[in-house]
Amino acid sequence: MKTGAKILIEGLQHEGVEVIFGYPGGAILPVYDELYNSRMKHILVRHEQAAAHAADGYARASGRVGVCLSTSGPGACNLVTGIATAYMDSIPVVAITGQVPTALLGNDAFQESDITGITAPITKYNYLVKDVADLGRVVREAFYISGTGRPGPVLIDLPKDIQNAGLADETPLPEHVALRGYQPTYRGHARQIDTALRMMAEAERPVIYAGGGIILSGASQELVELAERMGIPVTTTLMGLGCIPCDHPLNLGMLGMHGTCYANYAVTDCDLLIAVGVRFDDRVTGRIEAFAPGAQIVHIDIDPAEIGKNKPIDVPIVGDAKTVLQAMIQRMKPPGARGKWQDQIRVWKEKYPLQYREDGALRPQYIIRELSDLLKGEAVIVSEVGQNQMWTAQYFCFKKPRTWITSGGLGTMGYGFPAAMGAHFAQPEVPVFVIAGDGSFQMNIQELGTVAQYNIPVKVVILNNMYLGMVRQWQEIFYDRRYSYTELPSVEFVKIAAAYGIDGVRVETCDEVLPAMKLALDTDGPFVMDFRIEREENVYPMVPAGAAINEMMQGYMK
Amino acid sequence: MKAHTLSVLVENRAGVLSRVAGMFSRRGFNIESLAVGTCEVPDMSRMTIVAIGDDAEVEQIKKQLNKLVDVIKVTDITDVENVGRELALIKVNTEPGGSRAEVMQIADIFRAQIIDVAAKSLVLEVTGDSGKINALENLLRQYGITELVRTGKIAVVRGGKGLKSSK
Ligand SMILES: Cc1ncc(C[n+]2csc(CCOP(=O)(O)OP(=O)(O)O)c2C)c(N)n1
Repeated sequence: MKTGAKILIEGLQHEGVEVIFGYPGGAILPVYDELYNSRMKHILVRHEQAAAHAADGYARASGRVGVCLSTSGPGACNLVTGIATAYMDSIPVVAITGQVPTALLGNDAFQESDITGITAPITKYNYLVKDVADLGRVVREAFYISGTGRPGPVLIDLPKDIQNAGLADETPLPEHVALRGYQPTYRGHARQIDTALRMMAEAERPVIYAGGGIILSGASQELVELAERMGIPVTTTLMGLGCIPCDHPLNLGMLGMHGTCYANYAVTDCDLLIAVGVRFDDRVTGRIEAFAPGAQIVHIDIDPAEIGKNKPIDVPIVGDAKTVLQAMIQRMKPPGARGKWQDQIRVWKEKYPLQYREDGALRPQYIIRELSDLLKGEAVIVSEVGQNQMWTAQYFCFKKPRTWITSGGLGTMGYGFPAAMGAHFAQPEVPVFVIAGDGSFQMNIQELGTVAQYNIPVKVVILNNMYLGMVRQWQEIFYDRRYSYTELPSVEFVKIAAAYGIDGVRVETCDEVLPAMKLALDTDGPFVMDFRIEREENVYPMVPAGAAINEMMQGYMK
Repeated sequence: MKAHTLSVLVENRAGVLSRVAGMFSRRGFNIESLAVGTCEVPDMSRMTIVAIGDDAEVEQIKKQLNKLVDVIKVTDITDVENVGRELALIKVNTEPGGSRAEVMQIADIFRAQIIDVAAKSLVLEVTGDSGKINALENLLRQYGITELVRTGKIAVVRGGKGLKSSK
């Protein structure tokens, strides 16, 4: 006889799962007992939220489905923020939760919560398994749904009696996944593609607006090739950073609320916007009516529901970014001359570069720039949320896809540190750095225990301003400097790290920055850097909420 | 703003109704009625959903419905020749010798069945489009309606062809 727990573990092995992030409890004990026999790697986190974020970080850094595991009730509920984070950024994660025995379902039993009900709005799909005979199929379907089409989290809720229930040994896993209600479209419509290509050849001022869909689909190479051969500049969303090398001449950097001036100007002035793997999020578009107001818009996305959701689209193309861009490269026609547009962009780039005050004070932009120069793109950079995230997006030079990991859609503080643990297991040979604020780091600081236990070499860069910096920035600008509950007392992070047996340094001057980073790189294992930065440094440029994206506040200018 | 009638084939599984209803409320879509039951394919159900919105909104509703894994096919039959019906059960106060005869006459005109008779009330069963049922309801209100239940609209396309069950 094979138990449900065994069927689950075999199913995970069959899907090629390398590592599970989890936390045990009563309702998942049979699965943990099975894990005890298994060769599969399991990382014991210190909070289930971290398990979900770690699975998500693993997925983003690897392109494969990440897996997290928890018990019922409180354990399952602790996964929720992590599942929502993955959902908002379309990240493939399979979450497995224990559940009270089927006989007690709906009874308000000890540690029962309706986790399929709770997660219905934040999963691509979820299952409550009530018959062990369904389990093999459910595991296969879960991975298939999670990782294909527009990826997303899938949850499997597994009552304890199903984990224990036996099924005759010879029961095979189903060979195919057959879901008549789920058939993603990968190939774009040929006529629509030709229409788009004609417009791209004829446009005088085209811009490509590329997002996380490029990374998810593995379409970076195709994107760069198409941009080069058609001579079209590219701006990326926060999620799309890395899909074109930052130092590529056609790269305009990030657009939107904290985007570069030249990206925002180019989008505002363009006559053709080619949107690929993006969703016209409000942080990108600003006032939507004023976003690319004079442009015709081509939108390529695998999710038909994203097309036309926020903005009317002239040429919709439903399909996988890589497949569609490949078809475009094959069929494209050479463009006309666009000297004037290129000149205009050059002028903007020269006139409005990203800039900050370089006066010898320890500023976060300087720290990110030093890190960027040191690592030269050969690292995975994971951010927390807030100013630290925006400074990293602006000043770190990303050269490759899947080297930048951040919670974009949900903006989850506490995401970065555990996601970095996951990223390490996806790219074990590559240094992994977390850029954190002192606020965000304290949201999942308990994971110092996990990185210490398994010697996970995550290097933590804390941009310590003793504020909830991004909120303070808004209070400074929009609430007359009334810093209502955004000040944090100083914390000796190096001492906290030391309590876990982790090395670290505190840095107060620019001279100490590079040596601290080199020490971190030379340290075998985790390392914590506590950078005491200028406390009231702001993120600029900035588009105030409700403004058009070309109505930016510049901040400091030389 | 216009009422759209959507015929939606779904997996006949636990939780499907809550997934569909949840999607509507979560995204702030307006649903006027939803009727669901088994259909000609054994393991599927058909929902008839009447949703209200402008064209862009209804387009989004259809796309979001299609995105649900349990939804097999969505067909907007608003602009297709179709017949739609609702069923209502209406309990009306009546006075023997007085209003009872009037109510029975009205029922007759609307081709409503009288399915229960008590000393001081009648229960009428009526089918028709929403307009007809609204009209009957309005007429009966003066006598005092003590209970009213409506099923929500169900609809089929006219003519020999059925709605295909593949996406
Ligand atoms: C879980 C969560 N709670 C609250 C917020 C709102 N929020 C956004 S940025 C921010 C401040 C972040 O402070 P810190 O981590 O110190 O980073 P800094 O902005 O100073 O770099 C807050 C509270 C959030 N994004 N996530």
